[in-house]
Order: sequence, then C-alpha cells, then structure tokens
Amino acid sequence: MRNKIFVIGSVIGITALIFIARLFYIQVIDTSYKLSADNNALRHVTQYPSRGKIYDRNGKVLVSNKAYYDLKVVVKSLSEFDTSSFCLLTNIPKKKIIKKLIKNRRSYQPITVKKQMENTEYAAIQEQLYKFPDFYVEKRTLRAYNQNTASQLVGYSSEVNVADLRNDNYYKSGDFIGKSGIEKTYEEVLRGRKGEKIYVVDALGRIKEPYKKGKFDRKAIIGKNIFTTIDAELQEYGEKLMQNKIGSIVAIEPSSGEILSIVSSPTYNPDLFVGKKLSENYRKIERQKGKPLFNRALRSMYPPGSTFKMINALIGLQEKVITPRTTLVLNGYDAGTHIVKDHVSGSVTFESSIQHSSNAYYCQVYKRIISNKKFPSYAEAYEEWKKYVESFGLGVYLNTDLDFERKGIIYPSTYFDKYYGKGHWNYNTIISLAIGQGELGFTPLQIANMTATIANRGYFYTPHVIKKIEGDTINNKFKEKHYTKIESKYFKPVIDAMEKVVSAGTGYAIYNPEIKICGKTGTAQNPHGKDHSIFIAFAPKDNPKIAVAVYVENAGFGSTWAAPIAGLIIEKYLTNKITKTWQEKRIMEGDLISNLIIK
Amino acid sequence: MPIKSKIANNIDWFSILIYLILVTMGWMNIFSSSYTGSSFEFGSRYGKQLIMIGINIIILIIIFFMNGDIIPSSAYISYIIILLLLVSVLLFGSATNGSKSWFSIGGFKLQPAELAKLATALMLAKVGGKDKFKLTKDFRSLFSVLIIIAIPTFLILLQGDAGSALVFTSFIFVLYRQGLSFYWLLIFFLGIVVFISYFFINISLIFIILTILALIAHRYVSRNAKESYLGLLIISTIILLGLALIVLFNVKIKVHIIIAFAIFFVSLIAIFKAFKKMFLNYLIVPALLLMYISSIYSVDYVFENILQSHQSARITILFSPDKDITGVGYQTHQSKIAIGSGGFSGKGYLKGTQTKYDFVPEQDTDYIFCTVGEEWGFIGSAFVLIIFTIFLFRLMFLAERQKSKFSRIFGYSLVGVLFFHYSVNIAMTIGLAPVIGIPLPFFSYGGSSLFSFSLFLFIFLRLDAERNSLFV
Repeated sequence: MRNKIFVIGSVIGITALIFIARLFYIQVIDTSYKLSADNNALRHVTQYPSRGKIYDRNGKVLVSNKAYYDLKVVVKSLSEFDTSSFCLLTNIPKKKIIKKLIKNRRSYQPITVKKQMENTEYAAIQEQLYKFPDFYVEKRTLRAYNQNTASQLVGYSSEVNVADLRNDNYYKSGDFIGKSGIEKTYEEVLRGRKGEKIYVVDALGRIKEPYKKGKFDRKAIIGKNIFTTIDAELQEYGEKLMQNKIGSIVAIEPSSGEILSIVSSPTYNPDLFVGKKLSENYRKIERQKGKPLFNRALRSMYPPGSTFKMINALIGLQEKVITPRTTLVLNGYDAGTHIVKDHVSGSVTFESSIQHSSNAYYCQVYKRIISNKKFPSYAEAYEEWKKYVESFGLGVYLNTDLDFERKGIIYPSTYFDKYYGKGHWNYNTIISLAIGQGELGFTPLQIANMTATIANRGYFYTPHVIKKIEGDTINNKFKEKHYTKIESKYFKPVIDAMEKVVSAGTGYAIYNPEIKICGKTGTAQNPHGKDHSIFIAFAPKDNPKIAVAVYVENAGFGSTWAAPIAGLIIEKYLTNKITKTWQEKRIMEGDLISNLIIK
Repeated sequence: MPIKSKIANNIDWFSILIYLILVTMGWMNIFSSSYTGSSFEFGSRYGKQLIMIGINIIILIIIFFMNGDIIPSSAYISYIIILLLLVSVLLFGSATNGSKSWFSIGGFKLQPAELAKLATALMLAKVGGKDKFKLTKDFRSLFSVLIIIAIPTFLILLQGDAGSALVFTSFIFVLYRQGLSFYWLLIFFLGIVVFISYFFINISLIFIILTILALIAHRYVSRNAKESYLGLLIISTIILLGLALIVLFNVKIKVHIIIAFAIFFVSLIAIFKAFKKMFLNYLIVPALLLMYISSIYSVDYVFENILQSHQSARITILFSPDKDITGVGYQTHQSKIAIGSGGFSGKGYLKGTQTKYDFVPEQDTDYIFCTVGEEWGFIGSAFVLIIFTIFLFRLMFLAERQKSKFSRIFGYSLVGVLFFHYSVNIAMTIGLAPVIGIPLPFFSYGGSSLFSFSLFLFIFLRLDAERNSLFV
C-alpha cells in the first residue's frame, strides 16, 4: 500500500518539478517571449511626411503634392459586415476583397483595401463609411504636377520595390522613393524623415492609448523644397517647339552653369505616373514611338558634326599650327583613300571656314595638329589633342546632378593602334574627326556645355539643375570654374566667326538685328537614316546669358530645323517675345515623327 | 460534546487556509484581467466572482453544521439527479462556444458537468465502500466502477465538452489506490504521452514506439514468452506487408493505419484469451489500442471545439473554421508569450499588457494562469504551483488517515480530479499540452467550477472531521 501512495505522490511531485523547470525556461532563460509581447501590444504607426516641392528658377511650382486616401482595416478586429453593400460603395470586386481578407486573417497589422482614392472618390464614400466602423481612412500625399513640363528631368517616384528595400533599410514596404530624375538624385533631400507614433493595442488590433503618453513618438519632418535652375516657361516653350519631333534642347546660363531648359522629345505627361496609375501607364509609355522615357539630352550620343570645328580651330590656334589669318586655297581634301568633299572651294579664310563650315579647311588644320613636329608620333599628338577636347567636358563625365549622365565617346590612341596596328595609322586615317564625324559621340548636354564654354571664352561651370535647397546649401563643386587648355585670347576670332555664321552664314535663318547671336550649324551623320540636325548658339555675344544646343533627329541639315529652334529659344529667353512668328508656326506644326520608320 | 465544537476541533484548518489563499489569489487575478480602470462594479466579472466566493463560504458553514450521515446516503440520489441533469442539458441547455452544456439561471450559469465529478466521486465511494467490493479479484466490481465513470463521461462527450469528459479519466488514481494494477496506471500515462506527442512528433513514430511498449506490456502480463513472441511475429508481419504494399505497389495507405490494424489483430487474440482464461490482464493490449484511437481522435475533437468558440468572435460569413492549425496553435502561442514576458519577477500587479489587452483568449477562465505568469513572474507562478502541490499532498495525507473506505475513495477522487485539472490546465498554458478547455481549480472565473470544487473539498473536509465517528 505504501508503494501506491509513493507512486501517486511522485506523480504529483514530478509534475510540479516539470512545470517549474518549464516556467523557468520560458520566463527567465528564453527572452524571445518578451520581444513578442512588445510586438503584440504595441503598434508602430508610421507618419508619412509629404515630399519636398520642386520649383523652377522663378519660384513657379513644378511639382507639389496632393492628398490621397487609403481605406484600411485590421482584419483581426473586423466584425461581421455587409460585404455586398461595402463592395458596391467602394467599387471593389467582392472576390478580390474576400481573398484579401482571408489572406490576412491572422494579421494584426492594418491592410489597405483600397489604395489612393482621390478627393472626389473619397468624398463619395465618406458619408456611408459609418456603416463599416472597422474600416478607416488614412491620408497620404502623392505627387501633383502643376506645369506638366520637364517630366524626364524631375522624374517620378513610386512605391519602393524589393531591391530598394534591400539597398536601404530606411525604407519600409509602402514607402515612396524617387525613381528617376531629380526625384532620384535628390531623394534624401526630398523625402524628409518619416515619423512614428506608438500605440498600445489590444488583441483585436484596436488602439487603446498612446504608448507611454507619446514619449517615444517621433514627428515626421517634411521634405525640403528644391528650387531648380529650370525656367518653366522656357522649358514649356521648348517642349512645344519639339513636339512631333525626336531630339532635345539643352540651354545653359554660361555665367553659372545653371541649366535653363532641358528638353527631350518625345516626352510624357508626368500625371500618368502618379501612384497606382504608374504600373499600367509605365509599360504603355515605355513602348511608345520615340521612347519618351529615354532622356536624350543626357543619354543620347551623337557625333558633334560641324559644331566640332570650333574645337579644332581653337586647338589649332593654341598649338600655333594656324593663326586667325591663315588662309588656305582648297578644293576638297585628299585623304589618300578618299576625297573629303567640300561645298566651299577656292581661297578660304579662318573666319569663312567657320562661317561657311568648310570641311577641307579643318582637314588641313587637323592634319597640322596631328602631324605637329612637336610630338614624336601621331599617337602622341592625338593624345594631346584628346586632352584638349576633354578639357571642354567632352568625352568625360561632367558630374552634374542629373542621373544617367553619359560620358560620351572619344577613343584613346591605343584604340587605333589596335584597330589599324601600331604606327600604321596617321591623320588621314582618322581625318573624319576633323569635322566631328566618325569615332566621336557626345550628348546634347555636353555640346551645350561646350557652347557655354566658348561663350565664357574658355571655362565652364559644371552644369546643374538645382539652384537652391530650402534650409540647405548646394554642392560647392557647382561654383567652381573649369578652365579649358585654350587661352582666352584665342576665343575671340572663333566667336567673331560664329557671329558671322548667323549674320551672313549657314545660320542666317535666325538672324535677329536686336540680338547678337553666335551660332554654328552641324549635321550628325546617321548611318540608320536621315542625318540629325544640330545647332549650337549663344547670345548675346558679349556677356552671354544663354548657350543652347539643339538636336533634331532625322531632320537633315542643321540650318533647316535645329537653327530656327535655337533662335526662337534664345529670343524667347532674352526678350520674352517672338518676332519670327511664321518660323515659330512652321516649327510647331512640323511633324518629323509620324512618317518616321524607327528601326 | 456539541457537534459544533467537535467539528471545529477536528476540521483541517490547514486545508481551509490553503483554500482561502488560492481563492483570494484567483480573485485578484480575475480582477486584474477584467478590470478596466473604472470604479468597482458588482456587475462585472470580478464582482460576480466575489459574490460567488461569498456564497461558497456560506455553503461551507452550512455543510459543517449539517448532519454528516447525509453525505454517504445521498450518493445514489445525487448520482441519478446529475445523470438526469446531464440528459436534460442536452435537451434544454443553452449552447455556448459550440457545446451545449449550460443552464442559464438568473444571471448565473450552471454547468452540470462540473457537479458530475462530485456526484461520480460520491457514487464511486458508495459502491467501492462496500465490503464485498474487490477491484482486483471480482470482474463485476471493475465492471460496475467502469460503468459508473463511463455514463457521465459519455453524456458530457455528447454535449461537446471533451475537456470535462477527459477529467473523468482521473478516477484512475482512486482505482489504482484501491488495488488496480500498476500497468493500468502506466497505460493511462502512455495515453497522455500519446495525446501530447501528437502535437510534436510524427504520428507514425508514436505508433511504432507504442507498439513496442505494448509488446513489452504483453510480455509481462502473458507470463508466457511464446505468446508474446507470437504477438510480435503477427504485428511485424502485418507491418511489413503494409509497407511492401505502399513501397512496391504505391497503394495509398497511411502507415499508422497499418500499425493500428496490426495491434488490433493482436488485440483480438488477447481479448479471446482474456475471456477464455478469465485473466483480466490480457485486456491490456486492447486497452492500449482503444487508448491510441480515442486519444488521437479526441485531439482533433478538442481542437475543433476550441476553434469553434473563437470563430464566433470573428466574421463568420467570411471565414470557414480554420482547420490548418497544426502544432501548438494560436492560443498556446499567445499564452506562452504572456507568461514568458513576465520574466523573473513579473510586470507588477495590474500591469500586464498581454492579458489586459485580450491577447490571451479566455484570460480569466481557462487561461487565468497567464495573468499570474505575466504580472507575478516566475516567482509568482512557481509559488502557485508549490501551493497546489502542498495542497494535493495534504489532501492525500487526509485521505490516507480515513478509517472508512468511503471517505478514502472520496478523498482520492478529489485528489485525482484536482490534480488532473491543475496539471492539464497549467501544462496547456505553458505549451506542454494541447488546448483542453478546463478551468484551473479555485482560480478560474466561473460559478459552477468554483462551486463544485468548493463543495467537493468541503464535503471531504467534513468527512475528515468526523473520521473517528463515521463508519459507512
């Protein structure tokens, strides 16, 4: 009998020991339960700041914010409701909402059942929402575009994706992040700082009270406003001129490097990329003719064509292989294997070589630069020439504040060594470089900057689009002068000749007795179709206020399309009125895109 | 000597003290988990519980003044009344949480299943107290005992209250104390092991382990090596054939069904032998089989029950009952979080967040121990466990000193029921047992539960006080 009492007693005793050991484990040793308890009882509610606004140089709003409303619910606290009338009210398919609720049935975190309702949409359901007390509305702000302009420049923002979440742990699912343009490059300025409110919640996810009376709450800080260097009016005008054409316009204020206008055509309506509209519209626009999402001003590389003649002229002058009085008698240029044709023949002065864009003259100049006895080999002369070109910001990164900027193409001499064999090439082999064709490729931005450099007589400021950040300073690198390897005195004859281009040369179409415009036509050879029309110009000649580069793809000679556009841009910017209205009409109505077969 | 002073002298004041400690602690924790910050309200749960405690103390006093002879003589009538109540609750009772087990009387609810334990204990004591009752030798004695336990168990199962039905297995302690073989106790614990491991281990593995245990048991009881080897041969042949079917012919049978079939086959032989030789111990093998099957199914049954109660709080139109909970489940998880977050010394009285904000379901009834764990920490919860253990030892001691068989059986019934409730409830809250909805004695909110445990205890203490004069 004692045996049995002992057995029963042991069962009771051992049970108690097991329980105490288990309690010791979960209460004292294992700390994970404490953490779970916090997650259980506290709800961290993110306070989203609105993004900073983006202004143009004159304080006009380019991008601001607009309120949207998310309809949310904590499924755990959801009680029975009339699904049919709810779906009717909110216009959500019944199947969709049931699926969503079932999927989140164990979730204490609020889920969004209807995203980004606009004001009108929200107002329509607001009155009836009291019937569904478990659902509530949370306000978020999204981008609003006041000018509908410069869309590639300002870029767009969207909800973070998996990669963003991985790259930066600041972001949580549902946050917005700048995806392109200024939105991307200035993301950290624009986004502000998220705030957080901590609440104590019960098991059904109902908020009971602020945690520790709000002691640990953090206020959201709204994003800083950004003032761009863009002139919204000029930008819009440029976009109008470029409509139905493929190409770009870049206008820079030479005295500061500020980009006044940066047009890439075709463009798109930035409104289409706001919030939930993004995903459906993105694919559509991505596939449109002319690739509106592709920012040609920064990304497209073209041979500079005849606009490059000024660079070779300046290098020739600096290297003293020519002088402003060098006159050559020409009839084309015999490059050995072929003849470089020229529409100018006979005796050509330095000035007229630019004014009338003589090819043969610059072949001779280039021959003199590359075969300069100063250098032991062609290759070394070429390398020196390359350094000159690069000092204009051509073929190197400009390090602007724009994303996706390209470096451009200018090959080192070793490239030709490899291609033709070391010592087996000379100036004639690469003679197309004399007239800006062949193994060269620069972006419209780089060519605009080159124009600004000529306008400045030898230096440039790194082009940039940000003028001011509210409560912040902009990078000092934009205040730094970058000098070319050309002495300032050599620019005068070149600029004089450029003035002649407009007053009595290939750019006569934009001659304006009121403004001294200096310009140069160019044609970028296009192996795929009709050549691209290029025009660069700056004005006024003294104390230039604007330097502009215009590219119109598949438009033929620079004088027909690109030059008038540059002229109108300059006139618009400097005088704010258009005298050549017939020209404006022709350009705006000109359609170079509809008949185009894009390969 | 007047009755009053005789009772006062002989009553076990130590048990009364422990009872008062437990009830007070229980009420404090009910208060903590249902207190909302407003002023004291008698209509609230803690208010109702306080009224119940008052009523119980009055009953305690009444019982002590009552004629002690009534107790044994009321056994038959109370057992029959309870059976009638259990039947009528099935017909007229109100359904809550998917089980039909309540009578609503005024503001209070009466759950006959709670009182059924007491009535069954009285009945067992009455029948077992008879001189001719011999559990080990007399087949009819065992049979009558099994019937007394089985009828209320079955009726409660019908109500859909599997938890309360399982409590009746705790009478094994009394039967063991009164002479039942150790192997039966072993089978009981094996059943519990199966039940619990169902949640942690692969089902087939449990069967294989238990099959081996069954064979060892068979070897013991058969006292004949040849017979047990025959059993082993049969079982392994069937299992091998079954496996061959699955592997070679891709027949879709679950492994544990094959094993169950094998044990069933051996069981048949054992039953046959048991009747032929009138040797009851052979029944151990079929008993094992029954135990496996019933425990496996009761797990599912209990789970669906518990889930039904939660479902009602949710949107029924949207969600079908969750059947995908495997493993320990939501409630146990929340319960462990609550207890675990209490740490060594707890968060302080009334400061628990997990219990206060309803993270733990049934926080003032079945999961009341979570409030203890969260607010009083390891120190507080260990204290409660120690108090319960001391209480059980004390009651065992009281039961052992009884001179009448009636009182001892009744005392051990109390020990068994209390132990079962307390251990299963605690094990459930700390994640050692599946969710079985039974209250923690004297702690959990609920009139019926408190009333029947108190009555159970007081009757025994009354019997104990008269141990020298009571002969049944």
